Amino acid sequence: MTDKMDNTTRLERMRERYMNGDLDRRSFLGLIGAAGLAYGVQTPFAKYANAQTVSQVRFDGWGGVVSEAFRKHAFDPYTAATGINVVDGTFGGPDEYISRIKAGQEGEYNIAHLSGVFDYARYHNLGFSSVLNEDNIPNLKYVIPKLVDVFRKVTDGKLSCVPYDYGTTGLAYNRKYISDDEMKEKGAKILIDEGHKGKIAGWGDWRTRIWFASLQTGQDPNGATDMEAVWDAIRTHRDLSLKYWGSGAELMSLLAEEEIHVTEGWSGRIFALQEQGHDIGYMDPPNGYGWQECLFVIKGSPMEACEELLNFMLDPATSIAVAEGQNYPPALDPTKVDLGAKIPTLPAFDPTGTLANLTFADPAYWNENEQEWTKTFGRVQKGY
Amino acid sequence: MSVEAREARQPWILLSPALGAVALLLFVPLLFIVVYSFWLRTSTGADQVGFYLENWQEVLSDAFYRDILLNTLRIAAITTVVCALMGYPAAYFIARSSGNKAILLLLLMLPFWISYIIRTMSWINILGVSGAFNTFMLWIGIIDEPLQMLYNQTTVILGLVHFLLPFMVLNVFVSLDGIDTNLEDAANSLGATRWQAFVQVTLPLSLPGLAAGGLLCFVLGAGTYITPLVLGGPRDAMFANLVFEAIITQLNWPLGSALSLMLLAVLGALVLIYNRYLGMAQLMKGLG
Repeated sequence: MTDKMDNTTRLERMRERYMNGDLDRRSFLGLIGAAGLAYGVQTPFAKYANAQTVSQVRFDGWGGVVSEAFRKHAFDPYTAATGINVVDGTFGGPDEYISRIKAGQEGEYNIAHLSGVFDYARYHNLGFSSVLNEDNIPNLKYVIPKLVDVFRKVTDGKLSCVPYDYGTTGLAYNRKYISDDEMKEKGAKILIDEGHKGKIAGWGDWRTRIWFASLQTGQDPNGATDMEAVWDAIRTHRDLSLKYWGSGAELMSLLAEEEIHVTEGWSGRIFALQEQGHDIGYMDPPNGYGWQECLFVIKGSPMEACEELLNFMLDPATSIAVAEGQNYPPALDPTKVDLGAKIPTLPAFDPTGTLANLTFADPAYWNENEQEWTKTFGRVQKGY
Repeated sequence: MSVEAREARQPWILLSPALGAVALLLFVPLLFIVVYSFWLRTSTGADQVGFYLENWQEVLSDAFYRDILLNTLRIAAITTVVCALMGYPAAYFIARSSGNKAILLLLLMLPFWISYIIRTMSWINILGVSGAFNTFMLWIGIIDEPLQMLYNQTTVILGLVHFLLPFMVLNVFVSLDGIDTNLEDAANSLGATRWQAFVQVTLPLSLPGLAAGGLLCFVLGAGTYITPLVLGGPRDAMFANLVFEAIITQLNWPLGSALSLMLLAVLGALVLIYNRYLGMAQLMKGLG
């Protein structure tokens, strides 16, 4: 009986020859080195050869209650049904995530929970988009058409993602210190109100800061004309703020611990705080920041496995369960699907399915100015 | 091959794995960063390959970067001084204690078993509005409403001292432990008081350890970005935060590379000055 000639057997035979004196030390070490090099060089490419047998898909999202909802209501049942493991990672924001994809290898990152059409466009412009085979995602028919169409426009009628949920970034305030009436009266200007100095916070995200500064200066958030006034409003907010928060968990902690009285916040996270019993109010000011999130499939991913996961996640039962877990309304059209009892109570929910009451960021406007504004914001944020 | 030639080669053979690791994990990535610093970021976020000096011109001529760098060096210097003032007595106590030295050193190393980020975040639970300190002060009636203590430069320095103090104590301890205590006895027998013996004998002999600890605290403090991110307010950014922002938020890897090389050059110059006057031997002892 002969041994199967695998790598271990080859190395064992070579070692035996060396020990018997049939192979000198230099040749032995040289062959070991060559074997190591060959293994190191071929390994990164070997995974593509194995792509036919997909055993796992990587998903990256926002962490916290959102990731918990995905894990519990979507990934675990998907793994049980298909045998494909979903590895879920988190990111602080899509900017950070781009850097990771850029630094990684093609195929290393597969599906991302991106926010906003501007990010979809940015990822597409950087060459990270894929082309979905929509035949493999029949549940796409349940999605609000408006949410799908905006993505199609960016990628020439094709899709690299499926819309998944939507929400708003509105004003969150502690009712112990700020009344509903005061919020109605001041709106977005509450974030630059001297009376709350040191008890104000805000997300350290350039888009959000510019959006709210536009509202504070009475300008169109998708077309500000007086940027100096916008930067001044951001400076005022900075000087009155205790801190810029950097994640949903930090936002919730600052409000729950009463370190701050008011900030802008993500509707689902604020709803989660309310569910926990904190007396936190939430208000979308006129022209408040609406956004939609999508599940974006990154170029180089195992497409069929990803499409299968997307279809699974868009299944009304899964989608509703995830939405109830993460507190953001699903992208499912309420005129086509019965969304149950909880979802209609979530902030930002639109029962008509038209989303006409939400103002979304215009990708052309934001991406066109991104380079200049991120740089300026970086300076303003630090006291300049 | 002669015996001499073989013996001459032996150290290099033994060193080769370490040298290979240093070359692959330090110099090659550094080379990439140098190359990147001469590229340009296009408006779409993609990199434009070539040899452009724009990033370097911006980094070297823009007052914004200079101001943040100076602020970073100032915070690192304050942190180093605080660490020295707090760390020296602790190291002296450990070095002169008899019997329980090993336990004290173990206690000193304990914080390293917990993640630096967790240790930094623990201050939120201590100094926060609902934190342990405010709760206690409210409970005993010294204050009527919580004090706002977090998210300013003081808490950034506090967080850095918390992180860096063990490095200072260890270096000073190594230095003090190597000093013959008979020297102090000799000074005392010649009429010096205990204080005079310390100031004129022990302190000068332990200065290399203090300097080594100071260098480590300064370099690590100046390069941190987590502490200002977690414990700082809007105006408390340090230079490493600029690198993080350029690379992560602005997706401007070329500019981020130039910024990181600038920080490396400033801190590298400091290490060279230290090496010129004090040598690296003491630092190695402390790290060992």
